[in-house]
Amino acid sequence: MASLIHCPHCGIRPKEEFSIRGDASLVRPDPAASDEAWNDYVHIRSNPRGRYHEHWQHGAGCRRWLVVERDTFTHEVFSVTDAASVARKAGR
Amino acid sequence: MRYSAFSIVKNALTGNVSWKPAWRQPEPKPFYDIIIVGGGGHGLATAYYLAKEFGLKNIAVLEKGYLGSGNVGRNTTIVRSNYMLPGNEPFYEFSMKLWEGMERELNYNAMLSQRGIISLFHNDGQRDAYIRRGNAMWMEGVPAELLDRATLMKMLPFLNFDHARFPIIGGLLQKRAGTARHDAVAWGYARAADRFGVDLIQNCEVTGIRRDNGVVTGVETSRGFIGCGKLGLAAAGNTSRVGQMADLKLPIESHVLQAFVTEGLKPAINHVITYGAGHFYISQSDKGGLVFGAEIDGYNSYAQRGNLATVEHVMEEGVTMIPGLSRVRVLRSWGGVMDMSMDGSPIISHTPIDNLYLNCGWCYGGFKATPASGFCFAHLIAKNETHPVARFLRLDRFERGYPIDEQGAGPQPNLH
Repeated sequence: MASLIHCPHCGIRPKEEFSIRGDASLVRPDPAASDEAWNDYVHIRSNPRGRYHEHWQHGAGCRRWLVVERDTFTHEVFSVTDAASVARKAGR
Repeated sequence: MRYSAFSIVKNALTGNVSWKPAWRQPEPKPFYDIIIVGGGGHGLATAYYLAKEFGLKNIAVLEKGYLGSGNVGRNTTIVRSNYMLPGNEPFYEFSMKLWEGMERELNYNAMLSQRGIISLFHNDGQRDAYIRRGNAMWMEGVPAELLDRATLMKMLPFLNFDHARFPIIGGLLQKRAGTARHDAVAWGYARAADRFGVDLIQNCEVTGIRRDNGVVTGVETSRGFIGCGKLGLAAAGNTSRVGQMADLKLPIESHVLQAFVTEGLKPAINHVITYGAGHFYISQSDKGGLVFGAEIDGYNSYAQRGNLATVEHVMEEGVTMIPGLSRVRVLRSWGGVMDMSMDGSPIISHTPIDNLYLNCGWCYGGFKATPASGFCFAHLIAKNETHPVARFLRLDRFERGYPIDEQGAGPQPNLH
């Protein structure tokens, strides 16, 4: 795991300041969506070996939710983006 | 060759030149009735029980590295059956019973040592939870004992009893629990399976699963195509990658768990001890090293190495529980890739594909489950029906709404 994370708001910070929630590619389904859609959201994971988007929160800094793209094998970090801007870009 | 005291003496007196390799190195055949993917503890045990208990022949185990190169050689060697939930406890107790007869059955010394596991607690709420767990164990016929503080002070005088935040007020003991030599478990099952004619094929990575009309017909491997009648997956941390080859949708995340061993010491810690203030567990190996570990690192990882922040956290937990540990030097640490399921419990199950069977989701609990996992998975593959003690461990329990969540943490694998 990289030791330093480039937070878009706070600059370069040690990764211990962040907590990791998990898969950021999942989109919460509509409350009325089918059981299958909800099961996929709650339980099913793509779990790739390689590039992966993850929700991190910068708890000891800006407290913003971030989307970190990293490699689950080499642990290389490719990008760190504010989660709100990721959602806006996706039209959510 | 059967191992015995006589064979050791005889070979010692004749220069140790007539020992035979413990298993063959066969070339893969074009077709097997049953192929197991994964030559770790669970895959090897499955192959052994398929041959031994269910009388099946023409079985192969495919391993991408060498036998036992994954989590079976990367754990803290604890065996126990002190679970609470009805979906888990009978399964792990079945496993404990198989452990107790395993060495004789396999003719292999796995150094099973039933030294007892003591789970410490630090407040009234935790004590009540452990009383409940002990009662749940008794209901499945598994003896458990509640130890009070005075007893513990006599048994384990080196513990930090009067920590300001986490005083030790008691512990739950399962006497039959203990440790086993992890590599020997893999080797013992491998040798025993080989003697029943199972082909153990190493350096053979599965790269694809060929299907025809909705059933599996064989696997593409780094050593060519191998046909099969039935396919069982026991790929642990790589389950998602192998499952993807058959378009399985799986409730699995791969996480890294670290373990540590110190320099050898004189006998000091006679039990397995777990700390209720964290997730720390420790025992002493027969060689003298203290073997310990704690939580997973908490992020998805396929790398068999961990993070320094977690190392620091584990050391802090250890020194909080046993202050004397601060004087001990750590020799080695390593990481294993865990197949964390969404409820923290394993999966031994049919899949949507008729002749494809799945064994995964072992989280941190895979080693102790090795014999029962192999037995129940073999039962499932051989008879195409679930073994009674594994009947709750189905893949479809998630969509049906019947998770087995010992921790009560919800579908968040980095919290189990």
